[in-house]
Order: sequence, then C-alpha cells, then structure tokens
Amino acid sequence: MRYAGIDIGSRTIELVVVNEAGEMLCTLQADTGFDPMMSAKKLIDEVSYDHIMATGYGRNLFEISFDAQTVTEIKAHATGARALFPGTQTVLDIGGQDSKAIALFDNGKVKKFEMNDRCAAGTGKFLEIMARTLGFEIEDFGREALMAEKDLNISSMCTVFAESEVTSLIARGENRQEIARGLHASVIRRAVGMINRVTSKGEIVFTGGVAKNPCMSALLEKKLARRILIPDDPQLVGALGAALIAKE
Amino acid sequence: MSEEYRSMWSGLGLDLDGHDALLNVLGNAYQDIYLSQKNRPEGMKYFDFVMSEVHGLRIKELLDEKQSGRKIIGSYCVFVPEEIVLAANATLVGLCSGADFAMEEVEKLLPRNTCALIKSSFGFKLGKVCPYLESADMIVGENTCDGKKKAYESLNDLVDNLYVMDLPQVKSDQGRALIKAEYIRFKGAVEALTGVTITPESLKEAIRTVNAKRSALHRLSSLRQADPAPISGLDALLANQVFFYDNPARFTKSVNAICDELEKRISEKQGAIPEKTPRILISGCPQAVPNWKLPSIVETSGAVIVGEESCVGERGARNLTDESGETVEAMMDAIVDRYFQVDCAIFTPNNERLDHIQEMVAAYRADGVIHYGLQFCQPYLMESMPVEKALEEKGIPCLRIETDYSMEDIGQLKTRIEAFIEQLG
Repeated sequence: MRYAGIDIGSRTIELVVVNEAGEMLCTLQADTGFDPMMSAKKLIDEVSYDHIMATGYGRNLFEISFDAQTVTEIKAHATGARALFPGTQTVLDIGGQDSKAIALFDNGKVKKFEMNDRCAAGTGKFLEIMARTLGFEIEDFGREALMAEKDLNISSMCTVFAESEVTSLIARGENRQEIARGLHASVIRRAVGMINRVTSKGEIVFTGGVAKNPCMSALLEKKLARRILIPDDPQLVGALGAALIAKE
Repeated sequence: MSEEYRSMWSGLGLDLDGHDALLNVLGNAYQDIYLSQKNRPEGMKYFDFVMSEVHGLRIKELLDEKQSGRKIIGSYCVFVPEEIVLAANATLVGLCSGADFAMEEVEKLLPRNTCALIKSSFGFKLGKVCPYLESADMIVGENTCDGKKKAYESLNDLVDNLYVMDLPQVKSDQGRALIKAEYIRFKGAVEALTGVTITPESLKEAIRTVNAKRSALHRLSSLRQADPAPISGLDALLANQVFFYDNPARFTKSVNAICDELEKRISEKQGAIPEKTPRILISGCPQAVPNWKLPSIVETSGAVIVGEESCVGERGARNLTDESGETVEAMMDAIVDRYFQVDCAIFTPNNERLDHIQEMVAAYRADGVIHYGLQFCQPYLMESMPVEKALEEKGIPCLRIETDYSMEDIGQLKTRIEAFIEQLG
C-alpha cells in the first residue's frame, strides 16, 4: 500500500507518498496559485497511491473535491517532525499565513499548541512583504539579514504598520541589512513568545517554509538558548505527517 | 412576511429595510446552522417556530400585553431579577446583542475596541432593528463591566427610559448590602412603572414561575450528561437563548417536553450525535442570539458541546430562589441570596467560577474546555489565563479563543478547534 499526504498551504502545495514502512517514496511541490484545487489535482495525477490525507488551509476544499480525509496542520506537523526527529517534544511551524508552536507528549500526541490569530504578523507573508519593500529576493533575505552588524529595532508587529516603519527607515538612510535583521528579530520575538507558552526546555524542530531562512534559525537559537533542528526540507513536514497519519 | 407584522414594525419605529436585511441574514443562518443538523429532537420544532417568529408573533404577544396594560421591561444582564418584574405584573425580555449591525454608526459613539456585545446593543438601537427594545417601557442597564457601565451613559442619550442598576464587585457583606439596596430600589421603580404593588402572594407566584423555568433548564442540562449526547450543543444553546425571550410558562412546558423526549432517547441509547464523540464544555462570555459562531464550528468539526458555563447557560440559570419566605422582605432576601451567587467575572476574586467549571467538566464528562472570550471583554479574557492554567494542572485540555461576531477569522478558528478536537481524540 502507498499512502499520500498533501499539504495545501497559502503559498505552496506539497505532496509526499510513503510506503508501509513510512519511508518517503516521492515528494512533489508546486505553487498554490489562484486555483488551489487545480494545482493539487496536477500533483496527485503525477503519483499513484491507495489512500490520501489532506492538511493545510485548503484541506476542507480538497476533502469535498476529492473525497479525501483531512487532518489539521498541527497534528500533521507534529507527526511529521516526530518521524524525522524521534523524541521531538516541541515543534515550531511558520508557514505562509500562520505560525504555530506545538508541545507533544512523550507518546507523540499533541499536548498543547499556540497559533497566531487572524493577522499575518509573524508569518512568512510578513517576511515576504518586507523583503519586497527592502528590494531583496525572499531566498536571499535571511542571508542578507545575517550580514548586518546590528539589528535596528522594528516596533510594529502589524504588516501594514511595519511596512511604513521600514519605508521611513529607508528614507532616513538606514542600512538595508540592519533593517532586515530588525524585521527578523521582530518575527522571532513573536515566535519565542509562542514557544515559551507551550514548553520551556528541550530541542525545537523548526518546520515550514520560514525554517529555510538561516537568519530565523540563528536568531531563534540565540534567543532561546535551545537547540534548533531543521529538517532537510522543512516545507515537506506537514505533507509527510499527513501521509503517515493516512498510513495509521 | 405578513402585512400585519410590517405595520406592527413600522408602528414601533423600526427601519423596515434594515430590519428585512437582518431577518434575511438571521433566516439564512438559522437554515444553514440549525435546520441542517441531523437527529434533532422533535421538540426542537417549537424552538424553530419561536425563532421564525422571534420578531413577529412574540412581539405581537408583547404588544397585546401592553394593550391590556402590562408593562414590558428589557434587560441586558442576568443580574436583573425576573421575579420582581413578574410580581409587579410586568414582562421581562432580553434585548438584542448578538450580531453586528450599523457598525459605522456605532463607532461614532463607542471606541472601536469595545466588545462585540456592547457594540451590537448599540447597533440594534441605532439601526432601529430591535423590536424588543422599541417595545420596552423600561430598559434596565447594570453596572457590570467598565464597557457596559460607561456605554449606558451614552445609551441614555438614545433612549428616554433607561434605568441603571448598580452592582457590587466584591462578595462581601457590603457587597451584599449594595445589591440588596439596589434590588429594593428596582422593586420600587418597577412598582412605580406598573402601578402594581408587589404582595407576598404575587412575589411567591413569580418566584415559582422563574424557578420552574430554571428547573426545566437544569433538567435539560443534566440530560446532556449522557453519552451518546441526546441533543446537540447548538440546540441546547438555543433553548438557553430563548429563555430570555419567551413567555415563561410556555418556555417551561416546551423545555420539559424536550426533556421527556430526551429521557426516552437516553433509555434507548439513542443520540443526536454518535457515542464517543469528543465532548466539549464552553466557558466564558455569553452567546446571545444569533451568535452561533463558535458552536457551529465546534459541532461541524467532529465534537459535541455538552454544557455552557456562561450567562446564556449555566451561570445564568444556576440555583433556584428559595420560595419558602412568607413576607415580601423575606422573599427579597432570598432573591438577593440567589443572584449574589452568580459568578460573573466582574467580581474579584471570582474563585467560585473556576470551581464551577471543574464541576461541570466532571458532571458532563467533558474531554476538554474551550474558553470563549469576546475580544476586548477584559473581565473574561483576564480570567481565561488562570482558568487555562488551573485546568491544565488538572490534566483537562483547554483552548482559549478570543473572537468577535465577524466571520473573518472563521478559517483560523476552524483549524484551531479541529486541532483541539484531534488533541482530545
């Protein structure tokens, strides 16, 4: 039997297929675009599987369109992180439009979680908009920020306010990398708050697209003084978790 | 909608276009949320009817009562004693505060960061869409939270019949003396309004009527202990909401009829929801009609609500009034005793509430608690943190939700609630 997990996020869709042993047989990724179900269909048509489980914000739409089962991102990321790093007790997932900190019991079940509410503060979307405002490619944003000698304090958490704050810093002639570093620090402050509300010690598995940003993981490690573990492809963790839950 | 109702509404000064729009939204929401449920008790048909006529037949009844000389008193809070109102031959109704309306107008009078419930009460007045408010001969405000007590100062400019009741914030002897003095003052005001002097007989009769109504709800609550749950949380919430609008005797009879049906269901191991469905207790702010946002998400995400620790729910209906007194004074004391036990978050400290939440978790065999906080409701949001901590120490999972009446956070809420339900499974 082959089990598929599909994670339909706000920015990207990932598909993972595992075998009976839970080993990854194939992984696919695509942009969500403006028609998530069309994009999802393209991906599932490329692979063969017996069962599929959907997660991510598009899961309910997928459930209706493709008669699949669903699981929340929280349980999916917890399960995926646990498979990659056995013994995981804390997961931080920062995706395109939401961020969450998850605490797990010893047996891997979700114990408690915190999630941002309705706004984009502290998510990948925030970083993406800020990178654009500063004229960086999103792929380079973290690396550039790491090169700053200090971080400029950004007080606004709100994407709209932070953008005008950044604009005024640029107008004042401040260093672009330092502004970038300050923006990363502001997202980290929010993430640290969430993590501390769920667990106080131990390693943290960092998942979601934002985990690919080297400045985020570096600042997180420094701020929390806890080891940060990042999967080879942090964006696949949700889909992997969903596939493993389908297997169960 | 019949012409008779339209002329009734325009007679009350309602804005017919706005009111049509409101009824349309209400009707659609009721269809989608309530009538789409499966395995509902037959007795819920009564409440379906009540809801379909909530601005129609019920208002006509109230206007007929007024015609015959009876006074109508509107209230926004469970601290306003219905016993006193009924004993003076008047009718108490809850006033609308469960939906956003005329928000642009509201925000000219109230800061944006005011809770949805207070804003809603202003919206219904400013938008001229609450026939209960417009039928009322007296509107009772009460000094509970800061938001409400300051809002009444502004509401006083919008209506000419506002009566404000003061309330204590500490459960001390002085606090009790204050609430007693205020209930005696209220009794005088109601007697002056109606021209009816409350007698031992009329007060006893009123206490019995309200006790019967509460007892029916207590009976309904206790039947929700069963697994499979014999009634959905949405339907039980509706009964708790209609408590504030309906004729008391008819309400009591209708709830008891549902209870008879539920007892039969339980003896046959029948449920509205399958056995072993995760069971959730809602705790926190009131959910006034038509605020069905949270329960509809919970119950379409694979869980069932088994109790409401809320003013529209057990906090509001808990405890009967001792009806053994023989003098008006003795019965007024019994009324004070009963209401002074309400564990509203305006009190400090308010430890009884935490005890009640834990008792309810045990009684209704809840697997977890969702703490429902209206955004900007300082008293309940403040309490939500120690409540969560205390429950977690006892191994009871708790999810704190902070929301309002808008629909913009539905997606996020659904994810959080589904994840919480997974956590319970």
